[in-house]
Amino acid sequence: MSVLVVVEPDEGAEGGLSVVSRETLTLARAMPGGAAGLAAVLVGGVGAPDEAVLAHCREQGVDTLYVCGDERLERYAARAWAKVTGAAVEAGGAAYLVAGGTPRGNEVLAHVAATRGVPMATNVVAVVQEDPVEVERQVVGGAVLERVALSGSPAIASVAGHAVVPEASPTPGEAQVEQVAVELTEADLTAQVVRLEAREGGDTSALTGADVVVGAGRGVGGADRFADVEALAARLGGAVGVSRVVTSLGWRPHHEQVGQTGSRIAPDLYLACGISGAIQHWAGCSSSKTIIAVNTDGEAPMVTQARYAVLGDMHEVLPAVLAELGEP
Amino acid sequence: MTDVLVCVKRVPDASGEVVLTPDGSSVDGRYAGYTMSAHEECAVEIAASVAGESGGSVTVLTLGDDDSVEQLRAALAVGAHEAVRVDAVADDYGPADVAAAIAEVVRSREASGSGFGLVLVGNDAADTGDHQVGIRLAHLLDRPVVAGAQQVAISGDRVDVRVGTAAGTEVYDLPLPAVLTVLEGGVEPRYPNISGRMKAKKAPIEVVEPAVVPQGSGRLGLRVLPPPESNVELLGEGAAAAPRLVEVLREMGVVR
Repeated sequence: MSVLVVVEPDEGAEGGLSVVSRETLTLARAMPGGAAGLAAVLVGGVGAPDEAVLAHCREQGVDTLYVCGDERLERYAARAWAKVTGAAVEAGGAAYLVAGGTPRGNEVLAHVAATRGVPMATNVVAVVQEDPVEVERQVVGGAVLERVALSGSPAIASVAGHAVVPEASPTPGEAQVEQVAVELTEADLTAQVVRLEAREGGDTSALTGADVVVGAGRGVGGADRFADVEALAARLGGAVGVSRVVTSLGWRPHHEQVGQTGSRIAPDLYLACGISGAIQHWAGCSSSKTIIAVNTDGEAPMVTQARYAVLGDMHEVLPAVLAELGEP
Repeated sequence: MTDVLVCVKRVPDASGEVVLTPDGSSVDGRYAGYTMSAHEECAVEIAASVAGESGGSVTVLTLGDDDSVEQLRAALAVGAHEAVRVDAVADDYGPADVAAAIAEVVRSREASGSGFGLVLVGNDAADTGDHQVGIRLAHLLDRPVVAGAQQVAISGDRVDVRVGTAAGTEVYDLPLPAVLTVLEGGVEPRYPNISGRMKAKKAPIEVVEPAVVPQGSGRLGLRVLPPPESNVELLGEGAAAAPRLVEVLREMGVVR
C-alpha cells in the first residue's frame, strides 16, 4: 500500500511547494502505508521540478515525485492533469490518492474519481480509523464533522486547508523524479485555459499569504468608511479581509472575502473589526494564530472566541490605535 | 438561443446554531432555516443573464422532497422559467448519485428535443461541500467542464468562461454543450421583485422520479464540535484600549 499526494508548485517568494501541499503531505504520512510509501505527483508544473520543490518533497518523506513534461500542459487543463495523476496512481500502485483542498486539488481529484467511478471525500481533517479507513471531514462550513468510510480504488480524499500543521518527516525521502507519459486527447484539452489576465488590486494571494489581516464586517458601516481599516492594514504590512455581508452589500470586492465561499486565511494576526463571527466566516479565519476582535457586542462569537478583545466602535478604536502606533 | 439548466440544492442556513438529529445522521430541520448555496444563487443569476441575452430559457432543478420547492420558487422569482424537482430523499444521495440523477433528466430532455446547451451547478454545496457533482455530471454526459466559473458569456456555439484565481483571471473558451460549476464572486444575484414572487408562487413544478438507485455518500455519522471555551482577554473599551492593544501587537512582533 502506498499514498500518492497531488502537490502544487508555489511561485511565491519562498518558492517550492504550496503550504497546503506540505500540510497534505504531513497528513498523508499518517494514512495507512503513508509512512512507508509516500509518492507525489506535481500538478501544474511542466518538466523538471525546481530544486526547492524537491527539497520540500525530501523533507516530507516523498520517495518518488511523478512529473509530466508534455508541453501541452503549460496551460492548465484539469482533465489532462487528472490523466497524469491517474497514470501516476498506476505507476506507483497507490492505494490512496490525496490532494490539498484547493480549487486545483479538488478539481483534479474529482476528474480522477469521475473517470474511475469511485467515491471522493473532501475537506478531510483527520484519519480516525485505519482498517477499513474512516476519515472525518468538515461539512456545513466547518461547524460539523462528518465521519465517512473512505472506499474505492484508489481511495480519494482532499484535505481541508490548515487542518494540519506541516511537519518534516522523521525520515527524509529520496524524491526520485519519474516522468509520467500519457496520451492526451483533444477531449482532455477542450477545457483548457486560453489566457491569464492579471487583475489590478485583485490579487487574492496577498490576502491568503498575509502575516497580518485586518478584517472588517458590517460594523464598518459603509463602502466609504474603510480608510482606517486600510491604513491599519498598511501600517502593519498586512492585507484587508472582509466578511460576506460586506461583499454582498457591494462595499468591497469578492476577492477580499474571508470565509467558506471566500478565502481561507491563516495569518499570525487576524484583527477582526465589526465582525460578528458567523460560522461561514469562522470557516475562513479560524486557523489564524491570534485573533483580536474589536466589536461593540461583547457576546458576539468573534469576541468570545478571540484571544483578545476591545469593546467599542471600531471607528473610535482604530484611529486611536493608529495614533498610538505612530509612523513606522 | 441557449437553454440553460441550473441545479440548486436546499441546504441548512448555517448562520445560526447547527443542531443535529438525535441519531447524529443529519442536521435537524426543526432548528434550521433553509436556503440555497451562495454559489448557486450566482449560478441562477448567470443562467438568467445568459438565457436572457440569447432568447433562451432557464430551467431550475433540484433533488429533494416537497420542501425543496421553496428553493425552486426562489429561482423562479429571479428569472428561471421552468422548475423540475427530482423526488428523492436528498440525504440518501451521494454526489455521484446526484450527478447520475441530473444526467438522466438532461438525457431525457435531449431525447424529447429540448436539450440544454449549458448546465450550471454550484461549485460546492454549502452543507456537504463535495466539489464534484458538476465534474461527475460532465463525465456522464461526455461534455467539457470548467470549475469555479464566475463570469460567462455565450458567443454562437461557444462559451467564454472566466475563473478568478490567486494569479489572476483564467479565461476558457469551450464549445457548447458544456457544464460549468459556478463560484460566488463574479456576479451579483438579483433580488426578486413583487411580480417575480407572485409569478413564482403560481408556477407549475414538474416532479420526476429519479432514475438511479442511490449508493449514498459513505456517511457514518455527524458530530457538532463543542463551542471552544472562551479565554478572551479584554484589553479595554473604546479608544482608551489603544495603548494596551498596541502593546499586545508589539509583544506579538507584528508592528513594523
